Amino acid sequence: MAASGDVKLIGAWASPYVLRPRIALNMKSVEYEFLEEKFGQKSELLLKSNPVHKKIPVLIHGDRPVCESLIIVQYIDEAWAGGKPILPADAYDRATARFWAAYVDDKFFPSLSGFGKVQGEEAKKEMLSQVYDSLALLEGAYQTISKEKPFFGGDQIGYLDIALGSFLGWLRVTEAMSQIKLITDEKTPGLAEWAERFVADEAVKDVMPETEKLIEFAKIIFAKMKPAA
Amino acid sequence: MGEDELVLLDFWASPFCARVKIALAEKGVAFESRAEDLFNGKSELLLKSNPTYAKVPVLLHNGKSVNESSIIVSYVDETWASPALLPPCAYGKAQARFWADYIDKKVFEAGSSIWRSRGEELEVAKKEFLEIVRTLENELGDKAYFGGESFGYVDILLIGLVSWFDAYERFGSFKVEDESPKFAAWAKKCLLRESVANVIPEADKVYEFIAMMRKMNGIE
Repeated sequence: MAASGDVKLIGAWASPYVLRPRIALNMKSVEYEFLEEKFGQKSELLLKSNPVHKKIPVLIHGDRPVCESLIIVQYIDEAWAGGKPILPADAYDRATARFWAAYVDDKFFPSLSGFGKVQGEEAKKEMLSQVYDSLALLEGAYQTISKEKPFFGGDQIGYLDIALGSFLGWLRVTEAMSQIKLITDEKTPGLAEWAERFVADEAVKDVMPETEKLIEFAKIIFAKMKPAA
Repeated sequence: MGEDELVLLDFWASPFCARVKIALAEKGVAFESRAEDLFNGKSELLLKSNPTYAKVPVLLHNGKSVNESSIIVSYVDETWASPALLPPCAYGKAQARFWADYIDKKVFEAGSSIWRSRGEELEVAKKEFLEIVRTLENELGDKAYFGGESFGYVDILLIGLVSWFDAYERFGSFKVEDESPKFAAWAKKCLLRESVANVIPEADKVYEFIAMMRKMNGIE
């Protein structure tokens, strides 16, 4: 059934979660209006469309809101079923993709952002070790799932590529600010090559924020977060 | 045509395992349940099938493992089409998944905060838990089930967790029925359903199990 009605996405340029539906919409060649939230403020529309979590991204498709980035990606795949497939065709492969996407959100990103924020030598070492452990697991998953194809999704990017790839900007910021390489040719050779391919993908390259801009942005928010001297 | 081999790595008290057992029963699919002794040593098979988390439930379908209860229930729904546990349209599915995600993020953790605490902490935990139940009751509204007319995905994910509510009520000295009667009515209705009734452990046994965990955690 053809999806009708206009499409709006409430989001913010720097958010990795917002990037996910943007990539999905690009894959389906869907035109949409991007409603940028002001940092530090929540618009009326956002509060009305996502009263439970009050968070971005929110997709509004013909007046109906869809919330939670990965749920939005699945919705986009199903609402525009004729376009490029995002979830794998096979039920078992779908379960696998969902499992690792949940791992990215539940374990990988918390360890990455934890490492970025934590203070003190010991704590930093511990968090870094967790990041490396996560990446090792994801490298293993990539090797198994991609079956020597360029992406988790096979010949084209798919659900899990989007779930993990959306964090590459912030991963690079963390690398730049800590002066430590997290994805390396030695430890995670598969992911190192995959990352280059992902950011160059047609559906990704125009919406992936530039690392330099993210670094500037990160510096501003960290400065705001520091307690007054 | 060969028979499907389905094995569930299971733990009797687990609300997450309950979800999977209910889903399989709804689909009329036969499976073998293998009890894990989580406190005295996890089986080789569990450690091999779920190396990331070493947790139950794990569904092994012809030897291939599916992990994470919500993901397993989706997998069961997609593999055995009837009766459908999710609505047919994309928007209905998105709504169901949203509430499944809310339930997964909030309910068990809030309930755990209740049995893990005392005094002032307990009061705070109780308040938070009841707020979550209120939110769910609002979402249920006047519908028969979260999915609408029929028992479905969200109902299954939630009713599994409801199996621990009696224990929360006893440790927290409250009754969900007094605070959220519509929610309590929905729960009562679901607990009578055959697929659920056959699976949900006895409330007293769950209470004893959690009491044991409290002791293990040094809470009296």
